[in-house]
Amino acid sequence: MTRWPLLVGTAALLAGLGVLALGLQLSGYDAALALAALVQGSFGSWYVISSATLVRAVPLIVIGLGIAIAFRANALNIGAEGQFYAGAIAATWVGLHLGGWNRLLAIPTVWLAAGTAGVLWIVLPVWLKRRFGVLEVISTLLLNFVAESLVSWAVQGPLQETRRVYPQSDPIAEAARLPLVPGTRLHLGFFLALGLALVVQYIFRRTIWGFDLLATGSGPKAAEVSGGVKVSRVAGFALLWSGLFAGLAGGIEVGGVSYALFQNLSPGYGFSGIAVALLARLEPVAILLTGVVFGALEAGGAAMQRDAGVPSVAVYVVEGVVILVLLLAEAALRRIRSAVVLPEAEAGPA
Amino acid sequence: MSEPVLELVGITKSYGPVHALRGADFMLRAGEVHALLGENGAGKSTLMKVAFGLTRPDGGRMLVRGRSVFPRSPRQARELGIGMVHQHFTGIAALTVAENIALSAGWEVRPARLRAQVGRLMERVRLPLDPAARTGDLSAALKQRLEILKALAGDATVLLLDEPTAVLAPAEAGELLQFIRGLAAAGRSVVLITHRLEEALESADRVTVLRSGRVRLTGAASDQTPASLTAAMLGTALGSATVARRAEIGDRPVRLRCIALDLLREGGHGLAVRDANLSVAAGEILGIAAVEGNGQRELLRALAGIVRPLRGRVECDRPVSFIPEDRTTEALISELDLTRNLVLGVGRTAPWVHGWRLDWDVARQRTEALIREFGIRAPSAGVTAGALSGGNQQKLVVARALERLPRVIVAENPTRGLDVQASRFMWERFRDAAANDVALIVYSTDLDEILTWATRVLVVAQGRVVSLPADSSRAQVGAMMLGEVAESVS
Amino acid sequence: MIETSELAQLAGFLAASVRVATPLLLAGIGETVTERSGVINLGLEGAMLAGALASAIGASNAGPWAGVVSAMVAGALVAAVFAACVVFAMVNQIVAGTSVTLACIGLTGTIYRQTYGAGGVGLSLPTLEQVALPGLSRLPVVGPAFAQPTLTYIAVALVPVVWWGLYRTRWGLGLRASGEAGSLARAAGVRVRLLRFWATVFGGALGGLAGATLVLAQVGTFTEKMTAGRGYIAIAIVVLGRWHPGGVALAALLFGAATALQFLFQSLGLAVPYQFFLMLPYLLTLLALAGVVGTVRAPAALAVEE
Repeated sequence: MTRWPLLVGTAALLAGLGVLALGLQLSGYDAALALAALVQGSFGSWYVISSATLVRAVPLIVIGLGIAIAFRANALNIGAEGQFYAGAIAATWVGLHLGGWNRLLAIPTVWLAAGTAGVLWIVLPVWLKRRFGVLEVISTLLLNFVAESLVSWAVQGPLQETRRVYPQSDPIAEAARLPLVPGTRLHLGFFLALGLALVVQYIFRRTIWGFDLLATGSGPKAAEVSGGVKVSRVAGFALLWSGLFAGLAGGIEVGGVSYALFQNLSPGYGFSGIAVALLARLEPVAILLTGVVFGALEAGGAAMQRDAGVPSVAVYVVEGVVILVLLLAEAALRRIRSAVVLPEAEAGPA
Repeated sequence: MSEPVLELVGITKSYGPVHALRGADFMLRAGEVHALLGENGAGKSTLMKVAFGLTRPDGGRMLVRGRSVFPRSPRQARELGIGMVHQHFTGIAALTVAENIALSAGWEVRPARLRAQVGRLMERVRLPLDPAARTGDLSAALKQRLEILKALAGDATVLLLDEPTAVLAPAEAGELLQFIRGLAAAGRSVVLITHRLEEALESADRVTVLRSGRVRLTGAASDQTPASLTAAMLGTALGSATVARRAEIGDRPVRLRCIALDLLREGGHGLAVRDANLSVAAGEILGIAAVEGNGQRELLRALAGIVRPLRGRVECDRPVSFIPEDRTTEALISELDLTRNLVLGVGRTAPWVHGWRLDWDVARQRTEALIREFGIRAPSAGVTAGALSGGNQQKLVVARALERLPRVIVAENPTRGLDVQASRFMWERFRDAAANDVALIVYSTDLDEILTWATRVLVVAQGRVVSLPADSSRAQVGAMMLGEVAESVS
Repeated sequence: MIETSELAQLAGFLAASVRVATPLLLAGIGETVTERSGVINLGLEGAMLAGALASAIGASNAGPWAGVVSAMVAGALVAAVFAACVVFAMVNQIVAGTSVTLACIGLTGTIYRQTYGAGGVGLSLPTLEQVALPGLSRLPVVGPAFAQPTLTYIAVALVPVVWWGLYRTRWGLGLRASGEAGSLARAAGVRVRLLRFWATVFGGALGGLAGATLVLAQVGTFTEKMTAGRGYIAIAIVVLGRWHPGGVALAALLFGAATALQFLFQSLGLAVPYQFFLMLPYLLTLLALAGVVGTVRAPAALAVEE
């Protein structure tokens, strides 16, 4: 029975790739060439694995962990993209000012700023939900667009490079940049992501708070009435934490990959992160795996664009299909489970 | 001798290993009121579901006015002239009365025409109701009127009523039974499903008793007595319903008390409870008798600390365990396993809690022990709560409530949907707890249960708490439940 | 004495409000029907995008009205996939809708590049003409608002039609019953699943039409992700309009006016960075949602899986 999630996940992934191949072929692309480029660009060599796939996996894993926290409590944060950008803005701004600092101090400071920005970006939806009952799905979603506009303004205005030529910021200070594994582009953020996954796994499995999240998400009424769990508070905090993780992901991306802020820094990490979390059935350690898989897709997508002329947005199709297949499998599983009901005690003498 | 309008012959139906009906026969004559009696789980509802097309039987025959047919759906049943008034309201809250009637009868929704049609129906049947009223705002009795109108809108000549008096106060029930007799006099045929003997004896022409899926007795109501019916229903003769009163407990410590409590209605409009005062001492089982919707739900929840009072004070010895009415949504999380459900309900003081850590091994072991102790039919602690049957779910809920080592237990209709044995099991556990100095306050819609097991009884009527003089008869209790004696407990 | 230039600005503002409101109204009416049946379709954004692309392809091959039809078909197809998952397989509606939109972004981007290459479709699309309503369009100030593309008139005409369908027909009653209590409606003989499916497909078709409006009656071209969240704004408008066609129309117009403000401000020469005008619609929607929810009852069975 424990093989089941792995089977379903693999099936979903294959289905997604299948739909992609079909769509590409129908659109006139050379599907075989495209898929080959996809694989080459993600697993073709050690360097590719470490510097393309794993690097792209980092923000997906971190965001995915935050999404898992929120979704576990049935709080649907669809605004990770915007929170990511908020974190990136904060990280850039702080990172530009840490010139003379010690690295040991600078890096955590950047992370702190990024995480805080992520929380601030989700605070409004949390408040709207508690106070007015506004669906967090819509409020977090809308703020994504606001964040993108904010980035656009920042890189054409206050954060623009000193040369004032391109809409991007100056590179952040050396001290704020994350150290790399020598010979690769794999940065410290990857190991932070590993650590975070273990911490979140422990929280889910062994702490009261982790259980409260589960109860809130799977049976809020029972949790409230029989468990004394303050459901709206738990859900609110879950959202705040997921905002923190998403913002942190933005800070890691700036500190470890781009060293600067510009538009389209994220190729949709906020949405792919949802797929990563769902594919892993919200299990933190599994998120490490699915994060790598999706990182491979993104890396492969870039290679696909370079070598086969297929626009990299095509991988979104894979992601969308993967989620749908997963949802269908989950629904089928639920249907099977609910058909099995145990009997009452044997009827006694009438 | 009137012709049979509905006949069910040799009906068998099983749900998996459970045999709901084992060859049941039933005959309804034209123009008669026929009571179908039986305990919970005897098969009455199932038999009528077959007649109404909600279920296909495994075997047997059904004849409607001599024609052999099994309705495949409620729509078909309606076309055959059979209407059913369900136990649980099937009206859609947000729609108006007229819209609900139109929906179930398939009428056009043009406002003028609809109003006329609905008006004609109400006149013909003599059941007035405001057609523009929002269904969700109606009282239970009026909602039931709507159910009857819906059934009759389809020109039903055979009407099946499933426990219609369950949600009514005694006087309202009397009105309904009179109405039913009127229907029969006008030529319709009525099946009255009930587990209440007096109703059957007073209102029906003929009775049929089901037990364990088989017919044990059928014949004219005038030939039967409460004793003969009881014997058929339960298989053993029971003494007449006892209204035993026990003396006050004395000077045991008071565990639960409320003072001058005012509580808002759950929907938010108006007061559900006014100036309530009561106290429960250790070792007492305080029974609450009330008709649904009179404020007892809000009262119990305030006493358990789940809702805050508008005015007044609740003093309660902690820990307190609350057993909610709705098992599957408020007590248990269906998709989680039994161990997790146990952990949910026991709280921070449990032996498997260390600070912010949870020791799942300890929790699982304890769950397994409880499964054995309470005789819960489950293969392991890892089964999901949703897989258990109703009775076993309730056992788990009660086990969990006791596991907290509470000083006070507040129970909301804990035997709802349970059969006789499971109910008795529940009450015996409550008695044990009381013997261990726990204070219990229990609400049940089954008045006889309350009168049998409680050490003291209070009535909640129209938001006020009313004390019961010792040795009150069942009829007197019924009158108080209706608010006819409106004196508050001081 | 009011300056004619100010009058002209006001006229332009009104006309712009109606123009911006049209796609929102179309998508909003469609989603109203969908949500009234009990389904929340976050894939509406994807349907709109698919419709936009389909309209560009259809128009460049066979004229603007072919584009309109293709758009509706594309939107309906997207919604049908979503509806099948959600109504028949009973999958979580929120997540399914989001993934459908995600997949549509990928599909439209891919197909677009392949069909039109790196340069894009440019401004070569045949677009829909404006049709001036006789008489009304000559009124001072409000006149220009009555010279709109045909699609706008269709959108406005849909409002009473949908209202009548919801409140004066039997299947409208069944649809509303499905949205309030699926199991009870089913017990009353309503074909709940079928109604929900077609209500969702209908919503998707109108969403596609909204996309066509963007391409053929406004921008004149297709760009990737050009819907920019309008599908989600339409969902918010349904809440603002309290799931009632008339209310949704009003909310759409309000929103159009709020967006058109930016043109007004720009023509007044205010030196505010344009990005803040881009943010304005979304922030206003958020505020409006807060102001409305709580006093309003959503269809009781919305997003309930049964």
